[in-house]
Amino acid sequence: MAPRQRGATDPARERELLSAGDVARTVARMAHQIIEKTALDAPSAPAVVLMGIPSRGAPLARRLAVRIAEFAGVEVPTGTLDVTLYRDDLRRGPTRPLEATKLPEGGVDDKLVVLVDDVLFSGRTIRAALDALRDHGRPRAVQLAVLVDRGHRELPIRADYVGKNVPTARTEEVHVLLEEFDQRDGVVLR
Amino acid sequence: MKHLLTTEGIDPAQATAILDTAANLKQSLEGREVRKLPTLRGRTVITMFYENSTRTRVSFEIAGKWMSADVVNVSSSGSSVSKGESLRDTALTLAAAGADCVIVRHPASGAAHRLAGWLREAGTSVVNAGDGMHEHPTQALLDAATLRERLGDLRDRRIAIVGDVLHSRVARSNVHLLTALGADVTLVAPPTLLPTGVESWPVTVSHELDAELPSQDAVMLLRVQAERMHGGFFPSAREYSIAYGLSENRLKLLPEHAVVLHPGPMLRGMEIASAVADSPRAAITDQVRNGVHVRMAVLYHLLAHEEETP
Repeated sequence: MAPRQRGATDPARERELLSAGDVARTVARMAHQIIEKTALDAPSAPAVVLMGIPSRGAPLARRLAVRIAEFAGVEVPTGTLDVTLYRDDLRRGPTRPLEATKLPEGGVDDKLVVLVDDVLFSGRTIRAALDALRDHGRPRAVQLAVLVDRGHRELPIRADYVGKNVPTARTEEVHVLLEEFDQRDGVVLR
Repeated sequence: MKHLLTTEGIDPAQATAILDTAANLKQSLEGREVRKLPTLRGRTVITMFYENSTRTRVSFEIAGKWMSADVVNVSSSGSSVSKGESLRDTALTLAAAGADCVIVRHPASGAAHRLAGWLREAGTSVVNAGDGMHEHPTQALLDAATLRERLGDLRDRRIAIVGDVLHSRVARSNVHLLTALGADVTLVAPPTLLPTGVESWPVTVSHELDAELPSQDAVMLLRVQAERMHGGFFPSAREYSIAYGLSENRLKLLPEHAVVLHPGPMLRGMEIASAVADSPRAAITDQVRNGVHVRMAVLYHLLAHEEETP
């Protein structure tokens, strides 16, 4: 099921945090950081896979893989990990549609799995993702990459790679827009 | 969604949502080490089967367990039903004992509807797992899931339902669901095995199987339900098989891509030839496999959301 498009609301009420160009530069920088921290281009490199959390983590993971291939010449397998069935808030709203889960080629056993999501907020999605991942295999290690960290954590979780730290009020909404879903790239505050 | 009692008048968007959930569940569970999801932890699902069943009861039980619900099975023999307790009292007892969902199969048409009425106050969800000659909605959903896997979107697909339509709750549920999804359904049966009022159903009716086969995308064969037949509906089993059984020769009349379905239990040599049932064109084991995912999806849509305020 296609996620709700985010480009359509009143632009007067939103503040741009990242432009399309900023998103591209941020993704490139995160790719460099992943290469450096995991040393995935070294001779004794660990097997790294990227797993995007739907909906917008999935295309972000693919974009990171493209950049990593460009900068380091290494093809990193990507997959998607739907965490809906592991959420702790399913009984607090209407039925949530599921999204696709697709393991990267070769699975996740003994791999360094980098989870990729658009916004890190309470940390509950990542908690669910760690539980989901455990049912799919036993990674060697798990890291987290997010385009935006907006604070207000409710669990002891932090990201290894952060595109941009954004101080926010709890009532504000941070929306990552991606061309794959929203016809344009950007990050806005509403 | 609070109950699943019928596919009659089902919202196509709701049906598609359930089928999409089932497909995602299937994909997510494929090749996994741990085939268990924590989604329905702490919820209690009770199956009440007043009729014999292997595949449906087992399928619901596995579905509930793979979603981490606590599943309790009640059958009419070996329970208070054999002491003469009414369906209503049994249901109220199970609800009071903590059932979040009751899955019921009963020989009386309309039993699941009555149950849903009695359990309104308790807030328990009811799933119809087959009521008499009326409906069997999860069977129709798993048939639709299997057809979608093989054929893609069912809009304008031609599907023939062949055999004992009169006694078949599977046929009724499939007619409603498949037509809601946009398929073009043809019922093929001798006049004695068609229900009265079939003219008002949104289907084409035919008595000639050979004439219909070349234009179908799928053929669904129904079991001849001897246990519900009191009297002569057709001259002999052999004659029925000659006119309406899917033999190897008849299989050749179907287009290359066409799918053969049977809800089971099948009577080999009666409505379907053994070689046809075992051919790659038949999706009969896929139906059973998909049955678990579809029932997981139904439980998800019934139990994994906030309480609906009535």
